[in-house]
Amino acid sequence: MRGSRRARWTFGAMMALGLAFVYVPLVVIVINSFNASTVFAWPPKELTTRWWVETAHNPSVRAAVVTSVEVAVVATAVALVLGTLLAFALARYRFFGQQAMSLLVVLPIALPGIVTALAFRTGFRTFLGLELSIWTVAIAHATFCVVIVYNNAVARLRRTGLAPEEASMDLGADGFTTFRLVTFPLLRGAMLAGALLAFGLSFDEIVVTLFTAPPGVTTLPIWIFQNLQRPNQAPVVNVVAAVLVLVSVVPIYLSQRVAGESTGGGRI
Amino acid sequence: MVTDTPVRVEEPAPLRRRLSAALFRHPRVRLVGLLTLPATWLVLVYLSALLSLLVTAFFTVDEFTGAVVRELTLDNVREVLTTPAYVGAAVRTVAIAATVTVLCVLLGFPMAFFMAKIAPPRSRNLLVALVVTPLWASYLVKVYAWQAMVQPETGLIAWLLTPFGLPGPGFGVTATVLTLTYLWLPYMVLPVYAGLERMPDSLLDASGDLGARPARTVRSVVVPLVWPSIVVGSVFTFSLSLGDYITVQIVGGRTQMIGNIVYQTYTSNLPFAAAIALIPVAIMVVYLALVRRTGALDTL
Repeated sequence: MRGSRRARWTFGAMMALGLAFVYVPLVVIVINSFNASTVFAWPPKELTTRWWVETAHNPSVRAAVVTSVEVAVVATAVALVLGTLLAFALARYRFFGQQAMSLLVVLPIALPGIVTALAFRTGFRTFLGLELSIWTVAIAHATFCVVIVYNNAVARLRRTGLAPEEASMDLGADGFTTFRLVTFPLLRGAMLAGALLAFGLSFDEIVVTLFTAPPGVTTLPIWIFQNLQRPNQAPVVNVVAAVLVLVSVVPIYLSQRVAGESTGGGRI
Repeated sequence: MVTDTPVRVEEPAPLRRRLSAALFRHPRVRLVGLLTLPATWLVLVYLSALLSLLVTAFFTVDEFTGAVVRELTLDNVREVLTTPAYVGAAVRTVAIAATVTVLCVLLGFPMAFFMAKIAPPRSRNLLVALVVTPLWASYLVKVYAWQAMVQPETGLIAWLLTPFGLPGPGFGVTATVLTLTYLWLPYMVLPVYAGLERMPDSLLDASGDLGARPARTVRSVVVPLVWPSIVVGSVFTFSLSLGDYITVQIVGGRTQMIGNIVYQTYTSNLPFAAAIALIPVAIMVVYLALVRRTGALDTL
C-alpha cells in the first residue's frame, strides 16, 4: 500500500490541499493588513504600511492589550498552581472520585462554549454573588486554563515516572530536597510550556469573555468583536488581526522548544 | 589519604527531616494537600456554575421588573420544546454540527494518514506542528478571515471562482459550515494521527499482499482500526460546533443557531436562555452515551 504510487500521490495531494485550506485564510489576513483601501476586496489594489503605524498609536487598542495581558497574567498564575497540584494528585495517587475529578478538569473546554459561558455568568451572579468585573473574567479564564497546564504536567509526570525521585531518596535526600533538585527541574519545562499556552489561550478568548465581562472591561478580542462591523475601523481591525496571527506562533513555538514535545500542547 | 574521620554525633533529626519523613509515611496527607486547592476551586467556581445554570433554567422572570424569580417552573422548557422556531434552530444546529464533523473526517483522515504512514518520519513533527499551530491563532481572527474569504463578489473564494463563472458562497449556512470545519479541523487530525501512528505498518503490507487495492485496504483495515480515534475527534468537532455563536453571527447571515438565541436572550431573560443552553448539553450527553457504547472513550 505504501508502495503504491497512486495512493501516495493521492494522499500527498490531500495533505497539500488540507494545509492550503488551513493557511490561506491566515495569509489573507496578513496581506489584508497592508491593504490601502478601507474596504475589503480581493485582491488588494494598493499596499501601504500606514495602518500599521496608525494602529500602533491607537489608544483604545493599547488599552485593550493592557487589559488582555492583565487578565491573562492572573489566569495563568492561578492555572499554573492549580493545574500542577492536580497533575501530581491525579498522576501519582489512586483515590475515590478520581475519574470524576479528571472529567471536571476538561469539562470547561469540552462542553459547548455557549454553555460554559452562560454557566459562568449565572454562577458568578447568583451562586457566588459577584458583580462582573475584570476579576470575574480572570477567574473564568483561569478555570479553563487549568486543563492546559494539567495536560502538559501530567504527560511529563507519566513519562518520567518515579525512578528519579526514588534514586534521590535512596541517596539520602529528604522529600523537600528531592523536590527542589529532582522533581521540580524535571517538571519545569512542562510547567513553562503549559503556562505559555494558557497565556495564549486566555489572551485570545472571546466566547466566555463576552459573558463574564461587564461593559467597560474590553479585552483585545472584545475590542475586535465590537469594531468588526464598523467600516471606518476596518483598517485598524485588520492590523490587530494580522498581529494576533503572527504573535500566536510565539507561544506554540516556545512551548515546543521548552517542553520538547510535539503535541496539541494540551489543548486536545 | 584520610587522616582522621570526624566522629559522627547522633543528633535528633531536624524538624524539616521529620516533617519530610512524616509526609512520606502518610500518602493520604500528601494527597489532601495536593487536592484541596484545585478541587475547591473547580467545585466552587465551575461545578456550582453548571448547577446554577441548570437550576436557573427552571426559574422565571418577573414580567415588569425583568428580575429573576426563584420559583420552579417547567414553562421555559415547555416553551423551548413547543416553539417551532426554537426546535428548528436546534435541528439546524445539529445538522450543521454533523456536517462539519463529516467534513472534518473527510478532510482530516487523508491528512492524518499521509502524516503517519506516507511522509518520511523526519518530517512528521514538522507536519504535526503545521497542523497544530493555527489552533493557537485567535479564534475571532480566524472567523474574521473567513468573512473575507466568503464575502459575496469581493471575497477570495468569489475571486477564485470568477473564471469558472460561479458565485462565491456569500454569508449563510455554507459559510458557517466552511468556517466551523476550518476552526475544528485540527481537533480531528490529531487524534486520528495518533491512532494511525499506533497501528503497525505491517497490517497495510499484509492487506496489500492478500490482494487488496489501496481503497479496499483503507475501507476494510485502516478505518475499522482507527474508528475509536475518529469518534474521539468527532466529540470535539461536534461539541464545539454545537456551542458556537460567534461564527454564525459573523459569517452566517441570517442563520440562527442555538448559540445565537442564547446570546440574544440572556440579558433580557436569563432563565429562558439557560433553558435553551440545556439543549446542547442534552445533545452532548446523548452523543457521549452513544460514543461510550463504542468503547472509544477508553482510549482517551
